[in-house]
Amino acid sequence: MSDNSPWTADQPIVSIKNVRKSYGEFEVLKGVSFDIMKGDVICIIGPSGSGKSTLIRCINALADIQDGSIKVEGQEVHDAKLDKLALRRKVGMVFQQYNLFPHKTALQNVMMAPLKVLGQQKKDVEMRARALLKKVRLEGKENAYPGELSGGQQQRVAIARSLAMQPDVMLFDEVTAALDPETVKEVLITIKELAADGMTCILVTHEMSFAREVADHIYFTDRGVIVEHGPPSTFFDNAQDPRTKAFLGQIL
Amino acid sequence: MSDIAKFPPRERHSDLAVLLPLSASAPDALGLSRWLASMPGWVLPALTTVLVFWPVYAMAQSTFTTERLLSTLLKWMPLLVTKGFVLNILISFLTMVFGTIAGIFLGLGRVSHSRFVRLVSWLMVQLFRNSPWLVLLFVVMLSLPFEIRIAGTIVPVPDWMKAVFGLSLPVMANIAEIVRGAIRSVPSGQWEAAESLAFSRTQTLWQIILPQCFKRMIPPWMNWYAIMTMATPLVSLLGVTEIITLTRQAMEAEGNHPSLLVPFYGFALIIFFAYCYPIARLTMSLEKRFAVKL
Repeated sequence: MSDNSPWTADQPIVSIKNVRKSYGEFEVLKGVSFDIMKGDVICIIGPSGSGKSTLIRCINALADIQDGSIKVEGQEVHDAKLDKLALRRKVGMVFQQYNLFPHKTALQNVMMAPLKVLGQQKKDVEMRARALLKKVRLEGKENAYPGELSGGQQQRVAIARSLAMQPDVMLFDEVTAALDPETVKEVLITIKELAADGMTCILVTHEMSFAREVADHIYFTDRGVIVEHGPPSTFFDNAQDPRTKAFLGQIL
Repeated sequence: MSDIAKFPPRERHSDLAVLLPLSASAPDALGLSRWLASMPGWVLPALTTVLVFWPVYAMAQSTFTTERLLSTLLKWMPLLVTKGFVLNILISFLTMVFGTIAGIFLGLGRVSHSRFVRLVSWLMVQLFRNSPWLVLLFVVMLSLPFEIRIAGTIVPVPDWMKAVFGLSLPVMANIAEIVRGAIRSVPSGQWEAAESLAFSRTQTLWQIILPQCFKRMIPPWMNWYAIMTMATPLVSLLGVTEIITLTRQAMEAEGNHPSLLVPFYGFALIIFFAYCYPIARLTMSLEKRFAVKL
């Protein structure tokens, strides 16, 4: 548990060291390391199949690793004795396919985890859930089922649902990749506001202009390694590695 | 003139890969209900005519005239229904209750994380799905005691109660397969989302996955209810006095005359048909309503 570990806010909130992961013969992550400080917003970009999604799924133990270490608030994630549920209360995640619970309304989706997992008071949870839905600009959609909402609205419910657990770190796994172009913006605005509020965010994204605008630091991965990283201005305007240059050349 | 028009219509079909409807190759889980429900409403009166009225007329002989056959049947009918068929229904209800509860847990065992639990559940499902029902009934009948002692008092276990346990076994195994199939049909993203919200596996199953499965399990579940209800006469072989046992006894009481055979058994058949037909219709309409919209 984090209580007996000496982690303090001046240490990295997420610390990744030499992480290796393979699916069978295929090595997806070949020694990835980086640190994230509290309040940082980092974007991981790179060609598909480069291990970006795998990497952030390892941070909340949805995927396991073969070697290396991932620490969240000083707590080793890939420890057999780890209380996975305690970890996941600290790390929220939003998926490409929203994955809302289709048999629950938007409000119920947001309320469910705090009620059932944390056992909090229904009155408080409902108040917070309504506030969160308002924050993601979905006031009035509380009683709509996911099937009645657009992709962008569903994704914002998913963000609110994750925030309801009051996490310290948020993971975004290509959250706009499945959306219609016109709804991408509303989701990005929500994430931007979240970042402005000081939430630690780790994003896997293909939205380069968004990454440039919102990120404190950009990591470029290719074939399981971090090829290059830096603050957006340096990264986008002054890339050094030929692979980064080739990738940015294709995208921008 | 465009080139396309020169081709015969078939040639113009796209050769791009398309998804065929799933039902084209999937085994039909609702075979019985689909078949029953496809029958028009006049089948019941037609069956009644062919199996009861016509034999009563055609098989009438000097000793058993048509009138006497009819009055004999009418005389026994109330008893056959109230003492016989009602027990069949009671057996079917209780069997469904036990079979469903046990089947849900067995189905959960089939998707357990523990290899051992999975193996044991698999063995149980295979055993009870693929054994003859009558064999299962005999085994249960002979292995269960006729009375049990609960906290000092002796509670008798009637034969029909044992029959319920016997019939519950194959129903349990088949419900388990329905549950497993339904759980499997929920996208893996639901599991991941629940996991990332710190739900435990048990919570995820009961609060997120199973509620989504509930609707799609109802039609196949009702289909199994109809199949099992029609199998309840099996228990007459074990001496339970349900409708078939009573029918036999009634005919014996009337001197076992051959003319009675078809009208009496025909009546039993019609009663089962009349009971299962609306259930099948309901099953198919629910199936249509709950169909997954793609």
